[in-house]
Amino acid sequence: MSARADAWLWIAQRASAVVLAVCVVVHLATIIYAVQGGLSAAEILGRTRGNVAWLVFYSVFVLAVAVHAPIGLRSVLGEWLGWRGRTREVFLVLLAGLIALMGWRAALAVFG
Amino acid sequence: MTMEPAKGILSVQVWRGGADGAFQVFQVPRQPSQTVLDVVTYIQRSVDATLAYRFACRVGMCGSCAMTVNGVPRWTCRTHVDKVAEGGALSIAPLRNLPVIRDLVTDMREFFDKWAAAKGSFKGARSKTEPFAQVRPDSPERMRADAGIECIGCAVCYSACDVVSWNPEYLGPAALNRAWTLVCDERDAANAERLRAVAGDAGCHACHTHMSCTERCPKHLSPTAGIAGLKRAVLRAALKGDL
Repeated sequence: MSARADAWLWIAQRASAVVLAVCVVVHLATIIYAVQGGLSAAEILGRTRGNVAWLVFYSVFVLAVAVHAPIGLRSVLGEWLGWRGRTREVFLVLLAGLIALMGWRAALAVFG
Repeated sequence: MTMEPAKGILSVQVWRGGADGAFQVFQVPRQPSQTVLDVVTYIQRSVDATLAYRFACRVGMCGSCAMTVNGVPRWTCRTHVDKVAEGGALSIAPLRNLPVIRDLVTDMREFFDKWAAAKGSFKGARSKTEPFAQVRPDSPERMRADAGIECIGCAVCYSACDVVSWNPEYLGPAALNRAWTLVCDERDAANAERLRAVAGDAGCHACHTHMSCTERCPKHLSPTAGIAGLKRAVLRAALKGDL
């Protein structure tokens, strides 16, 4: 990776952290609000089914996680395991794809 | 005010040999206002003349006498035994993160090579026939450069940095601090090239902001602040397409 690409990864991680800061606060606040009257699958689905706003919110949340987590893991793998180079980047792109697909699948499942 | 003379004997373990060496224990008489460098010098002059170590100015200017004292990197000429000896015992080893040549002497080449790799030399745009640049002492750039300019190149920060031990390519706090002072130097004309040199996994973006460098710098500089400044400067350059 070039220094320019490394710098853009750093920018992407900081930008996704800003998105996550908002998303996590909204997510936690919703959980605290939602469990006031007891927790049930029916109640959750009642809130999310057909609600485009929640679908968009969780789709953005998932995207931010898929960008943020692999970039952080990249440093951990390099520094702790000495894993650098092309194989690490391929692994992390696959991981980002997996996180995005699993997350969006879950977001769609509670929407539809 | 009279100072009570320090009495007794210090038990000092000193690293001998190369990377696979071992500690050797010496008994050193306590003296008032004794520095760790005084202890090493006593051993070399009075007990074992084969002990290898570096020093030059003895007054905290030259940056050559840094060693690991009781597990912490320090400038030994300005470190008083009273402040660091635990139970009358001292452990003195070479700096971490640098290859050991012998005893307390490390090979500093990679440390200074990284200053060069970080484009740590000034590149002006004016010729000697042009008038001097006017830099206001109270300009924000000059004040930021001032905050980092007093580095003596002792490598204490480099030795204290965990990122250097995890990532041997990392330029380290001193080289990045130097680059930052030049980025803040409005006369310098090589900043596009310098920001490319200090960006990325071997540069400022590798810093985890542990602040060990800032904690240990004997000149009380904050390389961490300089590295954060470099990250902001690289961000601006990247957004402008100049990186």
